[in-house]
Amino acid sequence: MAKVQTKDLLEQFKLELIAGEQGLDREFIMSDISRPGIELTGYFRYYPKARLQILGKTELSYFKELTTEERVDRSVKLCTDVTPCIVISRGMDVPQELVDACNETHVPLLRSPYKTTRVVSRLTNFLEAKFAPFTAMHGVLVDIHGVGVMITGQSGVGKSETALELVKRGHRLVADDSVEIRQEDYDRLIGSSPELIEHLLEIRGLGIINVMTLFGASAVRSHKKIDYVINLENWNDKKQYDRIGMEEETIKIIDVDVPKATLPVRPGRNLAVIIEVAAMNFRLKRLGVNAAEEFSTRLTKMIDQEKSNLTKGIDFD
Amino acid sequence: MAAEKTVLITDATGVHARPATVLVNKAGNFASDVTVEYNGKSVNLKSIMGVMSLGIPKDAEIKIVAEGSDEQEAVDAIYDVIKQEGLGE
Repeated sequence: MAKVQTKDLLEQFKLELIAGEQGLDREFIMSDISRPGIELTGYFRYYPKARLQILGKTELSYFKELTTEERVDRSVKLCTDVTPCIVISRGMDVPQELVDACNETHVPLLRSPYKTTRVVSRLTNFLEAKFAPFTAMHGVLVDIHGVGVMITGQSGVGKSETALELVKRGHRLVADDSVEIRQEDYDRLIGSSPELIEHLLEIRGLGIINVMTLFGASAVRSHKKIDYVINLENWNDKKQYDRIGMEEETIKIIDVDVPKATLPVRPGRNLAVIIEVAAMNFRLKRLGVNAAEEFSTRLTKMIDQEKSNLTKGIDFD
Repeated sequence: MAAEKTVLITDATGVHARPATVLVNKAGNFASDVTVEYNGKSVNLKSIMGVMSLGIPKDAEIKIVAEGSDEQEAVDAIYDVIKQEGLGE
């Protein structure tokens, strides 16, 4: 996992460095943020010192009401050797006691011109993305009509070839062969390509081709939420494949269960078309239209009718 | 039980396109799942793009892992290829 340092925040956001420059190499060990309120009153027993600290308007105006000795005491206690940084919001003036303490202990003191809640949410998003669980999977990720479809399967089963056909049909390639996946929140998986092989596709017999230069900027995208996994496998006569589409299989990636379908591969089956339709059907299901279920209800109704006709003894001849 | 072997890359250019191809072709001959681990990432050794995406440099330590019916043969054969190619030891 890439480490996150205080200087990354400085580069990423419009923050002004006020004090503690020597501490810019400090590392974040968690994504949580703390707003030390109760600590300013002198209660430091549960002070989450390894978190990023944000001082907003309330905290600072309370701070100003303290006596000079108290201010020095709180400032020194806030600046521990593991505190990654202290952020002041709303572009407020910083108390001299805090500046001194930060310079002494090398805790970076940063200032943002924005409102506290805005700063909190943006910093949280940034840190959560950085600390998100991460994995890499063998497969191809394609955006089909807005559905992020991850095509998996054994080497040589035809994933890249299918992706090429999908790109030719106007869909977008995210990553070929190796997909880097990180989990955002508790239910979102974002897939992207390793930097080195971005926009590239390997087709056996042709070698490596660049999809973006061949097909244009509309044929690629940098990252996509993974909605659906389609596993390709060689046709197995012994295996039962889903014929109706009533059951929804899932596969667990990191902590998220993703709907999954298994497609058998056989000469003469146009996989790109099937996958395209699978993606559209998936979308349709999310919109509330389920062809398989509708068919099943129709069938139930029909059977019920037949049954009641039978008991009534109606002769159809 | 999976078979595995740690290899030190000694080739000055690292695992570049050509040696990667040789490795991938070798791995493709086996039924086992073969992966290579480097820098906390694990990719399928049968996939050329995956292997190259790691960008393995000289002096890197990589781990070859195989799992399946011919796992030991696979690891041994790949290790032989790495030595033959002067890629590592």
